[in-house]
Amino acid sequence: MPNKVEIRISGLGGQGVVLAGQILGRAAVYDGKNAAQTQSYGAEARGTTAKSEVIISDGEISFPAIRKCDALIVMNQEAAEKNVKDLKEDGMLLIDSSNVKKIPKTSAKIFKIPATETAEISFGQKVYANMIMLGALTKIINIISEESMEKAIRDTVPGKSVAVNIQAYKRGKSL
Amino acid sequence: MKTVKQGTYFWQGNEACAEGAITAGCRFFAGYPITPASEIAEHMAKRLPQVGGIATQMEDEMASIGAVVGASWAGAKAMTATSGPGFSLMQEFIGYAFMTETPCVIVDVQRAGPSTGQATKSGQGDVMQSRWGTHGDYSAIVISPNSVQEMFTLTIRAFNLAEKYRTPVIVLADGTIAHMREQTIVPPIESIETINRRKPKTEEKAFFGLEEIPPMPTVGEGFNVAVTGSTHNEHGIRFTADPTVHRRLVGRLNNKIKNHVDEIADFESYNIDECQIGIVSYGCTSRAIHEAVENAEKRGIKTGYIRLKTLWPFPESIIKKLAESAEKIIVPEMNLRQMFYEVERTANGLAKIIPLNKIGGGELITPEELLVKVEDGEE
Repeated sequence: MPNKVEIRISGLGGQGVVLAGQILGRAAVYDGKNAAQTQSYGAEARGTTAKSEVIISDGEISFPAIRKCDALIVMNQEAAEKNVKDLKEDGMLLIDSSNVKKIPKTSAKIFKIPATETAEISFGQKVYANMIMLGALTKIINIISEESMEKAIRDTVPGKSVAVNIQAYKRGKSL
Repeated sequence: MKTVKQGTYFWQGNEACAEGAITAGCRFFAGYPITPASEIAEHMAKRLPQVGGIATQMEDEMASIGAVVGASWAGAKAMTATSGPGFSLMQEFIGYAFMTETPCVIVDVQRAGPSTGQATKSGQGDVMQSRWGTHGDYSAIVISPNSVQEMFTLTIRAFNLAEKYRTPVIVLADGTIAHMREQTIVPPIESIETINRRKPKTEEKAFFGLEEIPPMPTVGEGFNVAVTGSTHNEHGIRFTADPTVHRRLVGRLNNKIKNHVDEIADFESYNIDECQIGIVSYGCTSRAIHEAVENAEKRGIKTGYIRLKTLWPFPESIIKKLAESAEKIIVPEMNLRQMFYEVERTANGLAKIIPLNKIGGGELITPEELLVKVEDGEE
């Protein structure tokens, strides 16, 4: 794997971008790597732009914020437009195609994942879209073990929703 | 589950702070929720009952620190956590804790102020408030963590200093570090040093003087103890007009910290003896220095830094040492110059002090921005 991977997950507050980042970072630490996860959101509980950043590295992580990311997940239109400038030219753009209809111009590789629709159809609620995106991401970047991801989900989400979150994550890997 | 076990955790800074407090022996928490410090209260509410402690939400921040001071006199190691607006409200009681020599820990997770400011955005605007926030002549001990790991270890240290010097200690964190998640290593618990306040022997009667750090009784254990924020003699008797008693008390309270700067002050330093450019940094801002220094050295600029883990008492001797070697010292801060003036005063003309300031939106000073300053060395 490359020595350092920088990932940004962005969307609306309430879409679970911070939770997704938390799970990803935790899984990386379970795999014995270093991880730093930061977050940024508005004063409101939901509805404004939110982002979560995860740096995964074999070495020490000194500066914890991302200037250019290797992979960018965007879960709504505004997040796509706002964040694409911070994606590396040869980076990877993962789009929740249920919400992002206009793909911003980029030379990065684009992956379209209908996460919100899949979440609603398969799991009855769109809140699982974040786990679907996480599944898609881990398949693409391929640096975190399945075992650690599942353990991180179990250790992060409340007990009664573990199973469905793991299912949604696995569904994302298959899309 | 009782106290935390040895291991590697992926904690949030606030969670690490709470676990550090519990590991240090904290068994009482009182607070009022405020972004970005609320997770400390949340975590203490969950964890303290599991270890036989008490966590309570009070009606406001003044009541919170009031309860903490009371709990400390009742024998508990006690803590509260807040952010700028709440820290402002707590100032009078912090002075009371100082004057009554009450060990306690106050966590201020800084956000962008003044006033409500930008509640969810990080800042470093409370540096001078943490030193001079309450009225009168006092000396503060202020701790400055720059990682989730240090939110754990330095919170333990804050309790140890509070107990040892019998004084309030402030953990001056920031929204970036407090909300960040990183791996945190908890060493074998038996290897962690914890200090407890010295209690009086039965025959001892002076709890407010005669020695630099007098013993502290617990109320209810049979000692006659008067606790007052008014000027008092070594037995706690009020002397509200006597100049000698006031000078003796306030002098000792300040000296017990001033006389131990070398023991209290903690910092990390690199290449300070032979650098052209120095950096003095602390908290979240210091996370930019490693990359900036590495790149400056690649460009042939000899660079060194001091990263402060305690802000107050100010470690003048090490700053002087850096000023003797460096031509210029850069002070990056997420405020509009605060520690800058302290470094400038201490360097006293030996080096040119250059500010680098950024406020708003919680944006960190980047290694690139710092490198530009290192290279051009201009204000």
